[in-house]
Amino acid sequence: MHGISVAIPSVDTLIEKLTQALKPYFPSDLLPAKQPIIVGIETGGYWIAQAIHRAIKPATDLGHLNITFYRDDFTKIGLHPTVKPSSLPTNIDGKTIILIDDVLYSGRTIRAAMNEIFDYGRPQRIVLAILIDRGEREIPIQADIVAETIRLEPNSHIKLDGPDPLQLTVKSNGS
Amino acid sequence: MAANIQLDENGRLRHFLSIEGLNREIITEILDTAESFTSVTDRIIKKVPILRGKTVANLFFEASTRTRSTFELAEQRLSADILSLNVDTSATVKGESLLDTIRNLEAMQIDMFVIRHKDSGSAHFFAQHVRPGVSVLNAGDGQHEHPTQAMLDMYTIRHHKQDFTRLRVAIVGDIMHSRVARSQIHALNILNTAEVRVIAPKTLLPIDTESLGVQLYDNIEQGLRDVDVVIMLRLQKERMRGAFLPSEKEYFNLFGLTQERLNRARPDAIVMHPGPANRGVEIESSVMDGSQSVILQQVGFGISVRMAVMSMIVGQSSRGLSSRGQSSLQGSA
Repeated sequence: MHGISVAIPSVDTLIEKLTQALKPYFPSDLLPAKQPIIVGIETGGYWIAQAIHRAIKPATDLGHLNITFYRDDFTKIGLHPTVKPSSLPTNIDGKTIILIDDVLYSGRTIRAAMNEIFDYGRPQRIVLAILIDRGEREIPIQADIVAETIRLEPNSHIKLDGPDPLQLTVKSNGS
Repeated sequence: MAANIQLDENGRLRHFLSIEGLNREIITEILDTAESFTSVTDRIIKKVPILRGKTVANLFFEASTRTRSTFELAEQRLSADILSLNVDTSATVKGESLLDTIRNLEAMQIDMFVIRHKDSGSAHFFAQHVRPGVSVLNAGDGQHEHPTQAMLDMYTIRHHKQDFTRLRVAIVGDIMHSRVARSQIHALNILNTAEVRVIAPKTLLPIDTESLGVQLYDNIEQGLRDVDVVIMLRLQKERMRGAFLPSEKEYFNLFGLTQERLNRARPDAIVMHPGPANRGVEIESSVMDGSQSVILQQVGFGISVRMAVMSMIVGQSSRGLSSRGQSSLQGSA
């Protein structure tokens, strides 16, 4: 086996880092109607968002985005009908959305997610929070909050398994 | 119908022509996919970009309101550009002129055809002659099949009853002339429905019904006993001229669905009808509007099911929207 071995902190530690970084968005004197909406991207992002939502306990329910219908490679990879459809808990007009995903790589997932969000309404702001940023963007999208930045070889792949337990694994494909 | 040209070499949908020849896996996938589209309707912008940049032509050689409008809405909700043509059948002679129609429309760079035609097999004919990469959906061909209608009926049944293997389903009416019934029977059998009954006057039963794997009843009171689902078919008035039936009134007396008759089914039985319904001919008005009727729900489900079929066809075509020049998209995050 070759390829670099990457030391990855535990998922719990990274989620805790994100939670602490996101807490300032939920000051205790903020009216429930003004609070941000936490939205997780299917599937890994949603698992992380669930944990963060449990820790922060905001007024609104957790949102769920399944971006399958918005992927730019839809005609190549097709549908995955087993994943559940998107649902946002409330009207998002004028709200802050905290968008959560597990790995930020090409940036295409986030582009698709934002396209989908704007079909639900016009949020005032979208904050992007990411567990792992592995770089190598293909479009100009950057996260606002990143728990961990790592570099991987081009052919390797980082994946969040879950939901119980949540675990990050790095696989090297091209070897 | 001949070889299953609706599937590609990997067994995935390429066209959607008939329920016959599909397996349970694909039918279940259509139902699951349709379910994921229902949420699109709840949003401010009721659109997803799956068919963006694609052109769909709806060719209706035969009148239709419900099927055509739900196909159009499904296409629009998938962001397709659409073209709807009512083609005057009287001017069309089957064969060469149908081919001419295909060629002319192909010259307009149509990606997908939705076709309804009075001749059985017309959708297959179309599918055999379109260019590679162009798909055909059957919106009803003669007395052969109406597969998207059957799929929305299966969706409705699953929505209310979940497990097909425990269900008794009765289809009542003009089975012989009904492409809907034919598609439904295939779909119910593929989904392993416990019992499928057809209830009709003997003159309106096709000869080969028994080979379709159904129980025959020519008495509605007996046929409805303990069923979970009642599917009424439209009495096709245009066929009434023959010796099939004495009169509409007598048909209602013998086979019309009244509340009294419906009470022989299970108390939680649902009543379905593909439309358009003839009130007072095959179904009593109060049953049609009653609490067991899911007839209007069927119409709404028709949009999601048609979105599902079209997106599965596009999602599987490696030819579609090609030349993106993008590598390593799999798993891009």
